[in-house]
Amino acid sequence: MPFVGSLLSAALLNSSSRSLPSFIAALVALGCLAASISAYPAIAEGEILRAKLEWLPQFGLEFALRMDGFAWLFSVMISGIGFLVVVYARYYMSEDDPVPRFFSFLLAFMGAMLGIVISGNVILLSVFWELTSIFSFLLISYWHNSAAARDGARMSLTITGIGGFCLLIGVLLLGNIVGSYDLDKILASGDVIRNHPLYLMALIFILLGALTKSAQFPFHFWLPNAMAAPTPVSAFLHSATMVKAGVFLLARFWPALAGSYEWFILLGTAGIITLLLGAYFAMFQQDLKGLLAYSTISHLGLITTLLSLGSPLATVAAIFHMVNHATFKASLFMAAGIIDHETGTRDMRRLSGLYRFLPFTATLAMVASAAMAGVPLLNGFLSKEMFFAEAVETHADSVLDRILPYVATLAGAFSVAYSLRFIHTVFFGKPPVDLPKPAPHEPPRWMRFPIEILVVICLIVGIAPSLSIGPFLHVAVTSVLGDATPEYSLSIWHGFNLPLIMSMVALVAGAMIYFVLRRYLASCADGPPVFRRLRGQRIFERILVEVSWRWARLAEQRLGTRKLQPQLRWVVFTGFLAGMLPLTLSGFEPRPFAFSGVDPMFAVIWAIGICLAIGTAFLAKYHRLAALVLLGGVGLTVCITFVWLSAPDLAVTQLLVEIVTTVLILLGLRWLPKRNEGVDDAISLRARFRRFRDLALAIVCGIGMTFVSYAVMTMPVPDAIATYFLENAYSQGGGRNVVNVILVDFRGFDTLGEIAVLGIVALTVYALLRRFRPAADTMTMPEQQLIQNRFDEERPERSAGDTVREYLLVPSVIMQWMFPVLITFAVYIFMRGHDLPGGGFSAGLTLSIAFLLQYLAGGTRWAEDRIRILPLRWMGAGLLTAMVTGIGAWFLGYPFLTSHSRYVELPLIGKMPTATALFFDLGVFLLVVGSTVLILVALAHQSIRINRLRPNDAEKAKGGEA
Amino acid sequence: MEIILSIAIGVMTTCGVWLLLRPRTYQVIIGLSMLSYAVNLFIFGVGGVKTNVPPLLGDDVVTSTLADPVPQALVLTAIVIGFATTALFLVVLLASRGLTGTDHVDGRGDRK
Repeated sequence: MPFVGSLLSAALLNSSSRSLPSFIAALVALGCLAASISAYPAIAEGEILRAKLEWLPQFGLEFALRMDGFAWLFSVMISGIGFLVVVYARYYMSEDDPVPRFFSFLLAFMGAMLGIVISGNVILLSVFWELTSIFSFLLISYWHNSAAARDGARMSLTITGIGGFCLLIGVLLLGNIVGSYDLDKILASGDVIRNHPLYLMALIFILLGALTKSAQFPFHFWLPNAMAAPTPVSAFLHSATMVKAGVFLLARFWPALAGSYEWFILLGTAGIITLLLGAYFAMFQQDLKGLLAYSTISHLGLITTLLSLGSPLATVAAIFHMVNHATFKASLFMAAGIIDHETGTRDMRRLSGLYRFLPFTATLAMVASAAMAGVPLLNGFLSKEMFFAEAVETHADSVLDRILPYVATLAGAFSVAYSLRFIHTVFFGKPPVDLPKPAPHEPPRWMRFPIEILVVICLIVGIAPSLSIGPFLHVAVTSVLGDATPEYSLSIWHGFNLPLIMSMVALVAGAMIYFVLRRYLASCADGPPVFRRLRGQRIFERILVEVSWRWARLAEQRLGTRKLQPQLRWVVFTGFLAGMLPLTLSGFEPRPFAFSGVDPMFAVIWAIGICLAIGTAFLAKYHRLAALVLLGGVGLTVCITFVWLSAPDLAVTQLLVEIVTTVLILLGLRWLPKRNEGVDDAISLRARFRRFRDLALAIVCGIGMTFVSYAVMTMPVPDAIATYFLENAYSQGGGRNVVNVILVDFRGFDTLGEIAVLGIVALTVYALLRRFRPAADTMTMPEQQLIQNRFDEERPERSAGDTVREYLLVPSVIMQWMFPVLITFAVYIFMRGHDLPGGGFSAGLTLSIAFLLQYLAGGTRWAEDRIRILPLRWMGAGLLTAMVTGIGAWFLGYPFLTSHSRYVELPLIGKMPTATALFFDLGVFLLVVGSTVLILVALAHQSIRINRLRPNDAEKAKGGEA
Repeated sequence: MEIILSIAIGVMTTCGVWLLLRPRTYQVIIGLSMLSYAVNLFIFGVGGVKTNVPPLLGDDVVTSTLADPVPQALVLTAIVIGFATTALFLVVLLASRGLTGTDHVDGRGDRK
């Protein structure tokens, strides 16, 4: 549902409306809230609501949703605070901000967060987990013009993204241990997991995920930097929900993972250090939101510590504190936002005496921060009291455990100090001077409303816990702990016991700390005295630079190359190895060569072919034309081989393609540079070595291919699909030429793809050549033409260009006459294609050769004056025909490209087999003609274009000189 | 017959790979063509080497003796696609030559 809302507000992205997206967002959040609340009766009875959708059943993954008491509590919290934040944001966001985008992200985030809470499959959970990271990134960088926002967003994405990846590894391990990714099954098999050898690995990865998300030491530093986000985001994501995802996960997996010594040590260390450091850092912040961010870190550390203890009672306290912290911290963030909004600054050195201007806000903030400090009669006091009680209890005998009570009291004192500081500096004292926005006043009624609600909740819970939150908490706790739910009481007064003394000590000590440090704090720089220099952020950035910059550089230098040759060499080498490896592993033995049964003629043909091939390789560097001729010879040999070995279709196609390719390369030769004499006279030793290595590689590949192909050819051919095609070609495809039937009928879809590729290539060639600029040295006329023109000039009876015109006059006349013959031939090849060698490809190539000959015979201009070929239309028509033929089968209730065949009586020609495949072949034919002609003509046109370019360039050169 | 064909494939592969590893674009394009001959013949050879039995169905032909039509269909496709890639490569070659002024594969001339 929130995702739909997100899309809705995204749809309003371009509108300038401010109220509509916030209205939608509020409605969605309220809807979620209502939906969650309505589930309460069922949840209260201990039921677990489930919903399942098939997702990837073949991997045992399903889109399972599952809501138990704990999830219920969280979803109420998320949607409730979400609603309040939306209301608040409606007034917070300024006129210039693109509001729809904000609400779109916010709702999407809310959806992802709800997804984490209620997903019943751990893989799904980690997917939602990543989603929250991404939306948090987008929300932090909402004001993307500020560098701080961008950096903070990037940092939080990096950290939580890495964490999310670790979490995925962790849950995969967990799923592997349990044998299922279903949350219920995982939770039920805690003992199996804890005794499994992979337990520690899974635990570490899951903890990495949870600790990064909840900003626990040593990953805490992203949270303060994320404060560049708009305040509603900070209130929602970075105090109430997203950072809670980490501790939520820990509590969720508590039945499965907790209770072991490793759990206690890992989590306990992180939690205690975070608790203390966060509180200590928070005291020395000058930025209001910075203070709140560090205090959030500290409180999360508290929750983590509680969860680490592994005792059920501590878990109750942890869950309770999650709720409490969400209420008071969100309201404090909103209050900080109001202060920022009204005064224009969050620097505590500049703020003072705001009580005069913002009495309501001040009162609300005071109550909330009193809850944060743990003052009695407020909700913070209750959970803190439970924490102290747990800290005193000894759970496992270790140093950690013994220092815990002292650490807890100290952290409590710190938190009193910073809460006091927050209130005292901001609201009391002299009236503020030189604020960016003079004369602050109370915010609109509805901007304060969310804070009021939250503060009232704080009060209610604080004064009458068992009446207000009691039953809900009980439902949540039972769903996590199950049978192990301990007896606990939520009353305010437990008698005069040790925890109460600790609370008192903390309160007094905190107040003392504050008054002692007040003067220093009012003037000191941002950050705590000792640790100011040691900033996690710096270390993080250093590492980032190191990894993404230096290491990447190093890797590129060592491993990468921009040269094509080494790359190709590696490709060939790897290809060779990839071919060798399976052969060696499967025990391949080369078959002994048998020279019997060799037709001497065939041997002679290939002896010539081999000479031609080697000649090509030898001459390709300096004698391009000769190499091309020799290559054509090799092609002809291949063509003869096809004829010899019963493949007439291939022979025809090969021959035609050979012609077209040769013409194509001939056209290209014109633009290649001349031989640079004397460059290669002295070959360096390195070059010699390189050549030798390449030659060795080539020979090895060649020998390998020889052996493999000999083995393949002499092996008996397994009876695979060949027989099927041979037997069904006539009965089903209606054609006697099996190859053609395969192409246009059985494997018609392949052919369709192939002609599409051909069309794309032709278009690409055309597009590339449109912007083609030849190199400077090929801009002049070819030497041959110059000689011919000179010849004309020397003779008075001839005018310039005569020789060019008369060049190859007799052959060109013959070529012109051949045009109709070739067209007829193409039609003939096409028509007989289904039964005899031929078909769309060869016919298409034949027709394009017919066109080509006209260009060759008369020149480009002559040809284009007489026939207008529109290759693009041919191609379009071809593709369309082929597609329509295929689609036609649908209308008759057959799958795409099913063909139908029958005999048709044609006038003059007689009885003739026709299949719908013929139309398909017609499409192939048209497209081949279009593409081939387009490629060749585009290349041929360069010679004409160059004549237009030449004067242009000359003018330019003249302009440059002048 | 097979031995001739496999030696031919081997030689053409050697020439093709050698040319492929040369620094001039023209050599590479010729090498690719050569390599495609070799590969086409190889694929064709997978279906077995038979003379005088083209896969054309007549009235009195035993289908099981005919040459395998499947590799032939594959190779036919390969020939046409090979033509298309050669054309594309040729044009890229020309464009690169026009832009960089050299026909070295790296577009940067020789290191000497």
